[in-house]
Amino acid sequence: MTPEGQTTRHRILLVDDDPSLLELYRQIFAQLPSSPEILTANSGSRALAMLEAERFRLLICDLKMPKMDGLQVLSIVRRKYPELRTVALTAIPDEEFRSRVYSLGVDLFWHKPSTQQETEMFLECLESLLGQEVDNGFRGVQSKSLVDIVQLECLSQSSSVLRIANGSLSGKIWIQDGEVVDAEAGELAAEAAFLKILSWRAGTFETLPADPARQRAIFKSYNGLLLESAQAMDEARGEAANNGHTNGAPAAPLSPFAQMSQIEGVEFVLALKDGESGHEVARGLENPERMAAWTRQSLQHFHTLGDQLGAGRLEQIEGLGPQRNVTVAPRDAGLCVGWVHTVKPGEMRDRMKKALEVWDC
Amino acid sequence: MGLLSFLKKPAPRLVSLPSGSLTVDRTGAVLASTLPSSFPNEMVNAIVQHVLWAFRGATEAQLPLAELVINYSSLKITARELRGGAMLFLNPKTSHAPGKK
Repeated sequence: MTPEGQTTRHRILLVDDDPSLLELYRQIFAQLPSSPEILTANSGSRALAMLEAERFRLLICDLKMPKMDGLQVLSIVRRKYPELRTVALTAIPDEEFRSRVYSLGVDLFWHKPSTQQETEMFLECLESLLGQEVDNGFRGVQSKSLVDIVQLECLSQSSSVLRIANGSLSGKIWIQDGEVVDAEAGELAAEAAFLKILSWRAGTFETLPADPARQRAIFKSYNGLLLESAQAMDEARGEAANNGHTNGAPAAPLSPFAQMSQIEGVEFVLALKDGESGHEVARGLENPERMAAWTRQSLQHFHTLGDQLGAGRLEQIEGLGPQRNVTVAPRDAGLCVGWVHTVKPGEMRDRMKKALEVWDC
Repeated sequence: MGLLSFLKKPAPRLVSLPSGSLTVDRTGAVLASTLPSSFPNEMVNAIVQHVLWAFRGATEAQLPLAELVINYSSLKITARELRGGAMLFLNPKTSHAPGKK
């Protein structure tokens, strides 16, 4: 147990079904400069019980385990403890699992170190994760601002694709031989998309392999682009500061709820509140209690299913019916948007993105 | 060696997300499936039960649905209602899957 007074000593929970490996890693992690407290669990269910009972800073989890595998454990942990740093350890160099691990929002996917040099690198990464603040920056291998990440990639003359996610928004930046060649974010492309992505303050990023076949659509130097994005952000901040002070009195802004209900095709918006039955409805809904119950239970069912399958974060559920369509999103306790049935699935998806942007703001 | 390998504990295996489709009746019994046989039956049953529950629950909430699409970050499940049963399509998503142009 942590001695009293040592409140800054971080705790690491290490999960592996092989007791000899647990002991070996415990000894290796004892070399970490911050001297964290290291606790171990030999199964996923044991790890979840320990997380329930105690507070940890970092979870390091093996992927291949009997009964509940690492993907299932990480899937539950990412949803229940989003502030917990997570590392997936594996002996399987498999692209599918790497991709699935990162799509869960795990901080680091690492092949089990086999040499002294790999072990040292791994320890450096762990130390970096232990020291990170949770609230700011982009969660990828290291927590840095997006400008830092782009600069690092460009300065090192790298070729890669950065995939960035910020809540319901996502975008990609293509970097070829140290130059930004293209970007996309929703409906935006090229420079406009790059500036949009750089305006996001936090999120997660993942480095994907280079895509040399990508046609160049941005011809400015990365320095010019970064300068432009800094100017755009300054202007946006200035506008935000001035907003509402024109004509003497500040204009009352519409609530996100009201803004969402004004999106074309929206029949109703139902937001669940924490607790068993609380909810709030915008626009008419003849049976809000039943809809709220179905929304709440559907989210529970499909969260459970996602955990069982290790399928990653539940993004949303879409239902298409003869009377109306619905989209259920796991925001707060649950958010359900009803659409007139004439709205086509593609339109519904685009409009839901806009609705979630409003909600997330 | 043969005896030793016989005694060796089988290594745990990670389950890949399956790609394929299946048809189930109103009781959840699988009538036809193109899912890989390596994908565990208990997981197939879990998918089917949750999806059938969602269709029934929606009907009880006066929201009859003909199709449900459940989007996870690594998997998309599309289910079409079929006279109380359902036809399900499972599509894993990967970073390297060809994207829409």
